[in-house]
Amino acid sequence: MNIQDMILTLQKHWSNQGCLLMQAYDVEKGAGTMSPMTLLRSLGPEPWNVAYVEPSRRPADGRYGENPNRLYQHHQFQVIMKPSPDNIQELYLDSLKALGIDPLKHDIRFVEDNWENPTLGAAGLGWEVWLDGMEITQFTYFQQIGGLEAKPVSAEITYGLERLASYIQDKENVFELEWTNGVTVGDIFSQPEYEHSKYTFESSDSDMLFNLFSVYEKEAERAMELGLVFPAYDYVLKCSHTFNLLDAKGVISVTERTGYIARVRNLARKIAKTYVEERERIGFPMLKGKEDASHE
Amino acid sequence: MSNTVLFEVGLEELPARFIDDALVQLEEKTKQWLDDLRLPYDTIATMATPRRLTVKVEGLADKQPDIEEEAKGPAKKIAIDEEGNWTKAAIGFSKGQGKGVDDIYFKEIKGTEYVHVNKYTEGEPTKNLLSQFSDLILSLNFPKNMRWGSRQLRYARPIRWLAALYNDEVIPFSIEDVQTGKSTYGHRFLGEKVEVEHADEYEMVLQEQYVIVDVAMRKEMIATQIEKLAQEKNWNILVDEDLLSEVTHLVEYPTVFYGEYSEDFLIVPEEALITSMKEHQRYFPVRAKTGELLPFFVAVRNGDEKHLDNVARGNEKVLKARLADARFFYEEDQKASIEKNLDKLSRMVFQEDLGTIADKVQRTIKLADALSDHLKLQPAIKKQVLRTAEISKFDLVTHMVGEFPELQGIMGEKYARIFGEDEEVAQAINEHYMPRHANGELPKSIPGTVVSIADKLDTIVGCFSIGIIPSGSQDPYGLRRSAIGILQMLDKQAWDIQLETLVNSAVKLYISLGLPNRSEEEVVQDLNEFFHIRASYLLKEEGVEPDIVEAVLANGIKHVPFTKEKAKLLASKRNDESFKSTHEALGRVLNLAKKTNVMEVDTELFENETEQTLYNTYLEVKQEYAASLSRHDAVQALKALGMLADPIHNFFDHTMVMAEDAKIKENRLGLLNLIATEIYAFADLNAVQWKQQY
Repeated sequence: MNIQDMILTLQKHWSNQGCLLMQAYDVEKGAGTMSPMTLLRSLGPEPWNVAYVEPSRRPADGRYGENPNRLYQHHQFQVIMKPSPDNIQELYLDSLKALGIDPLKHDIRFVEDNWENPTLGAAGLGWEVWLDGMEITQFTYFQQIGGLEAKPVSAEITYGLERLASYIQDKENVFELEWTNGVTVGDIFSQPEYEHSKYTFESSDSDMLFNLFSVYEKEAERAMELGLVFPAYDYVLKCSHTFNLLDAKGVISVTERTGYIARVRNLARKIAKTYVEERERIGFPMLKGKEDASHE
Repeated sequence: MSNTVLFEVGLEELPARFIDDALVQLEEKTKQWLDDLRLPYDTIATMATPRRLTVKVEGLADKQPDIEEEAKGPAKKIAIDEEGNWTKAAIGFSKGQGKGVDDIYFKEIKGTEYVHVNKYTEGEPTKNLLSQFSDLILSLNFPKNMRWGSRQLRYARPIRWLAALYNDEVIPFSIEDVQTGKSTYGHRFLGEKVEVEHADEYEMVLQEQYVIVDVAMRKEMIATQIEKLAQEKNWNILVDEDLLSEVTHLVEYPTVFYGEYSEDFLIVPEEALITSMKEHQRYFPVRAKTGELLPFFVAVRNGDEKHLDNVARGNEKVLKARLADARFFYEEDQKASIEKNLDKLSRMVFQEDLGTIADKVQRTIKLADALSDHLKLQPAIKKQVLRTAEISKFDLVTHMVGEFPELQGIMGEKYARIFGEDEEVAQAINEHYMPRHANGELPKSIPGTVVSIADKLDTIVGCFSIGIIPSGSQDPYGLRRSAIGILQMLDKQAWDIQLETLVNSAVKLYISLGLPNRSEEEVVQDLNEFFHIRASYLLKEEGVEPDIVEAVLANGIKHVPFTKEKAKLLASKRNDESFKSTHEALGRVLNLAKKTNVMEVDTELFENETEQTLYNTYLEVKQEYAASLSRHDAVQALKALGMLADPIHNFFDHTMVMAEDAKIKENRLGLLNLIATEIYAFADLNAVQWKQQY
């Protein structure tokens, strides 16, 4: 099964479970969790079920397209179900079957793994899912987001698409994976992998990036003061990505590092709080719409 | 009739590390619960898999035993009025006991007759009491709890079903909205939802559903299969008890298999290969009978033998990717140099207020330098010490340690050798992390020991300087273990250095660097207290009794092996008849000396010969005593003190210490205080409780 078919299969599967199919969010980010479709929507009492593919940028993992296992940008298939349904594990296992993975021919396990992202004031408990010893999915029950308690609790399922594909397609090099028939990951991503790595480690303008960080941070604060949560959050994502670029280049000293993380965290916390307040102010509209939406 | 009760809590996969402790609690709490209910039973069995916690009680009584007891009421004269009728008091009493006045009889207690009734409480049928078990389920403690869905409950993992049976009947209760029933769930893929008709059949039913619910049985199955494989292949499979337990808690139906990896990976240090297999993949590594690591691994599948080849192949693929990473890291690391790595340490934070690892290394060098000088190490050895200190942390920025943090020091040793460092320095880099765990191996070499002490001392004094002091379960930098390590090393090396000297020199260094945000006095006092507790712990570990520990530590820890020597000597003396008189004499001196601060004697003020004799003996003994102390010769030192015993007794027999003339009194106390100071330098002998009657 090529990656494109895997995505289609997963979309169909989770769509059948009542998930909204969303598209990747158009601001750079390190993980699908950071999309507002997850991070903001998992806050507050409103139900929220969503699935989307998220290209995730990890500048420090860039290897000029030379390492068979590491990428500047990989793809996650992200599912959020709030509140987490009682049969969420079964729904997940069914998705593996839909991908052609027969549990009777494999060894599938849920191994404890607790997730924490201090930058976002977020923490959750759950597992990494092992398929014959390989971690293919991160499965988390959110307990805290943006420093606020997650109530109700969302279940987050994050498939590492390249990982899973390397298993399904039995390939050892990520660049040999088939995206669709006749087109490989390497065909599409070799050049950007090389160029982004080169940019990140050698060519980026650090002064400009430091400057951008401050500008984005100020703009996030300003948008927040105006009660504009989503624009503010976009700038927080930009701060986060800018920080990652600087960090990967090794130009942030240790003492500064803690300071930068704290700055992003403070912003994320304020935004989380304001988001919930804003939703409350407009009466948590999706609490009422729940019934209608499921029939549409 | 004897009955069987079964409770099974069905959960989403429990973390393996939670299970053993949960079972201990489950057993203890069930026992307590049944005892509180006064329900007799034969056995309690606890069982668990990743998806369930179970307790089964067999031989449970049908009901609580009936209780017959005598209840005492008011006195007869209050119970019966003048006309011989029952009073309100009597009627009320008998009613209150669930009886009538007809049941009353009288019994005499201390000459007065009182009303009594025989009270009979019928035992409650067992089945009416069992629903309370839900409280017990909720009372289990886990290292971490979570919420799920829209529920309020916090538990280790979501509760998905509850099976509760009293023989063949369901015990009704619910937790949140999960109702008890007869159903349980088999293996996720090989089994299905199934009814347990009778509590007795539980294990059998689950076994048919590919669940071995008994932990010991499951572990035994794994061990037996591994043993069989080892024999077949003539392998030595490294079965680590902790890993075996963990794997047991990761599967419901274990099947052992093996896989292989390319021999090419064997160029990577085996510690890294073993860590990859054990820590990351939960595999058992394989050695040949001759000891060398073989390119195979043994693992346990949660399932049966079908398609086992497929599972083995998948696992091989995962391990291959991991080992390829390890080999890549190993080769990459060798392209760097020690100097380049050291540069990077200035970007690695040790602790926010204590600076980077590079800062820490600079302090460690200073401490190691001072310690080397104190020990008068030969220049060649001192050079090794300083080089070791300087490069002790260079491997922290290697890819390999980044990936396998537990290999810090071990990789340092290997890379140092590759980069052409002296063999002594290479080994010392590894040794400076020792002891790596409680009662772990200590460094053997001098450079390893010196740098280990300096590194640990820096961490301890640094943390105390900024107020990070271990309390309760909080000890993020492992300071307790480090302190014990320092004491053990000082004991092993028997160097001529006192602990207090070491600690003070470290505190001075921190003061000169302007690091502490607390006063020097406070820091030193906290450190002394901290080391005191560790030293007394170590002495007690070695079998020294608490009173003797207190006695020898009263004046500080000082020279560690000598302090131990004194403790052992005192322990042997406490049963020694011939020591009685010495102990009494010295003890009296210690007691009286507390009454003064005077530390001088005017021989002109002596009024009798015993005073002069005591003083003379003191002067005679003093030198020999001091020499024994500095030789760390406990036996001779105590012997020297013993010479004072007779003069002390004579002194007390003929001298009134608390004389009316204040000057004379002070002079006598001063004499005793001089002697007491010497005794204290050995031990606070009054702390020793002499067990034997003389």
